[in-house]
Amino acid sequence: MSAPSSPVPAPLGSRVPLAGLAVALGALAFAVLPLLVPTYQVSILTEILIFAVLAMAVDVLAGFTGRTPLCHGAIFGVATYVVVYWSQQGGAPVTGVLLAVAAATLVAAIFGLLAIRTSGVYFLLLTLALGMIVWGVCLRWTSVTGGENGLRGTVRPELLAGHLPFYYAVFAVVGIITCVMWRFVRSPFGLTLRGIRDSESRMRALGYNVSLHLFLAFTISGFFAGLAGALYAMFNDFVSPSTVALSQSVEGLLMAITGGIGTLFGAFIGAAAIIGLENFVSQYTERWQSVLGLMFILIMIFAPQGVIGRVRDLLTRRR
Amino acid sequence: MSGLNAFQLLNGLTFAALLFIVASGFTLIFGLLRIVNLAHGALYLLGGYAGYAAAHASGSFLVGVLAAMAAVAVVGLVLDQGLLRFVRGYELRQVLLTLGVAFLLNDLTLVAFGGDTYTVPAPEALRGAVRFWGLFYPKYRLFVLALGVAVFIALWLLINKTRLGALIRAGVDDPEIIAAMGVNIRRVFLLTFMLGAALAGLGGAVGGAFLTLYPSADAEILVFSLAVVIIGGRGSLVGAAVGALIVGMLNTVGQVMFPEFAYFVIFGPMAAILAFRPLGLFGRAV
Repeated sequence: MSAPSSPVPAPLGSRVPLAGLAVALGALAFAVLPLLVPTYQVSILTEILIFAVLAMAVDVLAGFTGRTPLCHGAIFGVATYVVVYWSQQGGAPVTGVLLAVAAATLVAAIFGLLAIRTSGVYFLLLTLALGMIVWGVCLRWTSVTGGENGLRGTVRPELLAGHLPFYYAVFAVVGIITCVMWRFVRSPFGLTLRGIRDSESRMRALGYNVSLHLFLAFTISGFFAGLAGALYAMFNDFVSPSTVALSQSVEGLLMAITGGIGTLFGAFIGAAAIIGLENFVSQYTERWQSVLGLMFILIMIFAPQGVIGRVRDLLTRRR
Repeated sequence: MSGLNAFQLLNGLTFAALLFIVASGFTLIFGLLRIVNLAHGALYLLGGYAGYAAAHASGSFLVGVLAAMAAVAVVGLVLDQGLLRFVRGYELRQVLLTLGVAFLLNDLTLVAFGGDTYTVPAPEALRGAVRFWGLFYPKYRLFVLALGVAVFIALWLLINKTRLGALIRAGVDDPEIIAAMGVNIRRVFLLTFMLGAALAGLGGAVGGAFLTLYPSADAEILVFSLAVVIIGGRGSLVGAAVGALIVGMLNTVGQVMFPEFAYFVIFGPMAAILAFRPLGLFGRAV
């Protein structure tokens, strides 16, 4: 959790050998696994990579800036809508992706302008309300968004039509995004954000422009969420109001929390855990939403520092 | 304002009355217990379904409304004592926990009632329309308007004129001192939580008779309630009333003039208010 009272896990970089090894192993697993598993599992892996980007975008705000957002599903979905709409109108996929990321960033900038004035619970509420407005517009603006029925388009270029080529394209893109975000949170700018998370007043007293930093952090985080949304459009070829619904934002946040807030790479573990569970549960029951709600309740009560953080705590206690 | 007539103006007012009933419960819990209950929308929907079931079974609207309030108050009791007690003092964990509860409740009501649309049967006496000032207006909506005003007066009296209200106000200002003075403030908090939940249930049963009940109604009413509280400021009864009026009227104006962007019309004023008063019109810094 981003509440100042909860302990924040030490940044991964401080234990380089072990953490570096874990990251390398994880990357290796994502590189090799798709060659070993059937097609359906490859598409699940693709989904995990895409949603890990969304979870990392959430983590930039929730973990590194101390502002927990509930609108990233909506920003993500705006990009998805733009890509699918563009392809339906016969536009080129590349332009569609560029437009989509620009649109998502713009939406994030507008949301950011409003949201940075608040913090804590108010921030959460305001971003929730803003995200719901996107959902409401997507649901009602039938002439453009297709309303409840959503939009369908063929977004993927010919070259990436197959499951494996598409997976490796996503793998490469997500790899680059991850490196960029890793650099970003460790940059002086990222350190300033952590300073704001820990004490806003102190950073202000030190002469930092806190509002500007928060605004930029929000917009950049929205940019990454938009990238994830554009990838998702290519993955799914379809978009409906449920893509921008609150549950999407909630899933993104849950992934970030499960993986451990403020760890960035934890997003991959969180995304794998949630999407894996979703696919597992939906074999037996249609009540995924209940399971999601129940997990949220249980995590908040028993492991607010994230499942990974919880396991680490238990391990250190035993030692 | 072309296209906006007295009929639509009244629609806005009656919608505002319903919003006030729901949002007053939300703001009460938010203001006193510092709990942002994101399950409030789900409680509204649950109250609507409970009211529908009870009114159908008993044939009486009043029984339906009372059953809805009681059922939702009990759910509030379970929520507060069974779940929220584990995360007391952690604001964000509380919010996210109630969000989980909202998902769970929404899905469970979907299992129980399916995706169909339900309408709580209005009592015989409130069906049909009345004619006044050359208008032909549904009686039931006027009843909702009156109920909204009645709830406002009752809550105002409760908070400003009774001992319980004095305890609530004292609890808002300084829970430690009031506990040290020998008052069981936890019980006051619990009562407030149940009262807030019951108001959501009342809203559900009453609203279910003219807005109909369907699986995503909880999210819609929640976002309206959030807008009301963000505009009005947390914990303020007057703020909730003013916020409900603003949101209700804007929503109606939006629906008449820009049907596809009705949601969006609330957004502009909310942004403007936040830019100048981040705590809402009647909000106080704590």
